[in-house]
Amino acid sequence: MAATTFPTALAVPRRSLQRSIAIYAKEAKYELLKNLRIPVYAISSVSFPLMFYVLFGVVLGGGNPAERAERATYTLATMGCFGVMAVSLFGFGVSLAIERGQGWLQVKRASPMPVSAYFAAKLFSAVVFSTVIMLLLLTVGTLFGGVHMPIATAARLIGILVAGSIPFCAMGLAIGYFAKPNSAPAVVNLIYLPMSFCSGLWIPLFLLPHGLQVLAKFLPPFHLSQLALNAVGLGENPTPAWEHVEALLAFTLICLGVAAWGYRRDEGKTYG
Amino acid sequence: MATVLERNQAQEPKMSAAISARQVESQKVSAVMVATTPSATQLHRTAGIATARNLKKSYGNIIALNSVDLHVRAGELLALLGPNGAGKTTLVRMLLGVARPDAGSVSVFGADPYDGHMQARLGAMLQVGRVPETLKVREHLDLFSSYYPAPLPLAETLQIAGLADIKDRPYGELSGGQKQRVLFGIAICGNPDLLFLDEPTVGLDVEARRLMWAQIRTLISRGKTVLLTTHYLNEADALADRILVLNKGRIIAEGTPSEIKSRAMGKQIRCTSRLTMEEVQQIPGVLSVKADRNAFELQVNAAEPVVRELLQRDPWLADLEVTNAGLEEAFLALTQNHNAESKEN
Ligand SMILES: Nc1ncnc2c1ncn2[C@@H]1O[C@H](COP(=O)(O)OP(=O)(O)OP(=O)(O)O)[C@@H](O)[C@H]1O
Ligand SMILES: [Mg+2]
Repeated sequence: MAATTFPTALAVPRRSLQRSIAIYAKEAKYELLKNLRIPVYAISSVSFPLMFYVLFGVVLGGGNPAERAERATYTLATMGCFGVMAVSLFGFGVSLAIERGQGWLQVKRASPMPVSAYFAAKLFSAVVFSTVIMLLLLTVGTLFGGVHMPIATAARLIGILVAGSIPFCAMGLAIGYFAKPNSAPAVVNLIYLPMSFCSGLWIPLFLLPHGLQVLAKFLPPFHLSQLALNAVGLGENPTPAWEHVEALLAFTLICLGVAAWGYRRDEGKTYG
Repeated sequence: MATVLERNQAQEPKMSAAISARQVESQKVSAVMVATTPSATQLHRTAGIATARNLKKSYGNIIALNSVDLHVRAGELLALLGPNGAGKTTLVRMLLGVARPDAGSVSVFGADPYDGHMQARLGAMLQVGRVPETLKVREHLDLFSSYYPAPLPLAETLQIAGLADIKDRPYGELSGGQKQRVLFGIAICGNPDLLFLDEPTVGLDVEARRLMWAQIRTLISRGKTVLLTTHYLNEADALADRILVLNKGRIIAEGTPSEIKSRAMGKQIRCTSRLTMEEVQQIPGVLSVKADRNAFELQVNAAEPVVRELLQRDPWLADLEVTNAGLEEAFLALTQNHNAESKEN
């Protein structure tokens, strides 16, 4: 066969590390830029958690200044968790479902783009948005809610919640491989709104019926919010931190497994 | 007494103009190539750079590809011509390594494209439902260029694809034709050796189509190899060195544009008659019949036997006209012939 005489002479040289880094950086930059310029995504993903935080953490409820400050700190952890979740699920799941279902991912895969750069860019964008949300909530809480915490504590809280975007990005990945482009936003809303309520992000768990308290143990936002609450000294149950970490890890792996299944299922058809 | 008229359709002269334009272009091309890299070009001219062997693919019980063989030669423009659902996109996706055949093998630059090692030498313009709309034209090209080891300078990509004026516009604000050009720009920005253009001119108006043709010819003149899919025989005719006709997952014809045309060129008979549609349809040699106002329009391969039958069966037959079928009718005749044959089997 004539073609077999080609590859040695004209083989494409391996990509250098430097060039790989440049690709990852550019992919990340444009993913972020793309999301920042989508008003519904950029504004709603930041303004919703902020609005709810102001409402539930700062404005509503009475009590003495100490109680108010505690509530503002507690809500900072739970609404922060809510914000991170939304950004990850929408930024990963919905955009993947759309780009996969509408053929854009296929164009990228037909190019020499390393597939991992595509996913790394989405993760990066979720991390940036998560960080921005947390910094905003922290600022508002400190200025208007009487939140007062050492820098180290604040850094730990932000670190935990931003790292906590990973399980939800994995969940987004799984949703992105199964949902159709048009139904993906609805699917995400149907999953994450009830899930965040049942995990005690809206109303503290101890105020909810016993059944829900049991159910919460199986929900990832519960575990992430507990880690965040522990970081600010407001953890409400005695479970050691590593059990929450384990639960989140297990959840991440399950989601990645489901995503891998969807990826393979997709290969024969709308590949992406 | 009926009058038999033989006349060429108005399309005919235009078509030959397109052919001679193409020939002039290809002469220019070879001049350019000899001037730049003679030895390499001659070497690659004869070698196949993409091959598919006995490809099969079905989706459920739809057979998208059925034993397809294909061989793309270096430096040529190969047109894959076929109607909707013929399997063109499916074939292109397999050559790009973004879908896997059920059976058969694909080789591009001597490797399996599915392994993803030589994508740096390929460029692809695919049919996309939606492209990220908030990124600007220049940004899309900047990103895709970065994937390739030796991309074209941005200014050159913008110039070839005709995007210089709109480089700072977000994709979402562009017109359909401009969007097509951006996808074309994305395909060429990496300066790949082999380009896959899946229906590059779909939805373009006549002028934009001519412009895209000129852009594609520029690529060929730079020594690129192009595989292009199209619905239109006149497009394949204007651009291609070789045409493969794909229908229902099978390659039903292969040859130079003039070979394909002579194979496909049928005749069209027009007449008024007292016969019914069914009776006309039953005459041997009639490929299809259409009622046009009070007349019938018949597509046939050879006119004489059908005309003889018609006159015999209907002594009152009138207004008889025989014309050369236009290019598109010819293409239809070619695929419908194939459909009729496959029904008999
Ligand atoms: N992902 C898919 N799932 C199910 N069927 C598919 C899929 N992709 C293609 N097909 C079917 O395979 C056949 C060939 O499709 P293909 O897209 O290759 O045709 P095409 O020649 O590119 O058509 P067009 O000119 O309309 O683009 C069609 O019958 C189509 O319905
Ligand atoms: Mg197609």
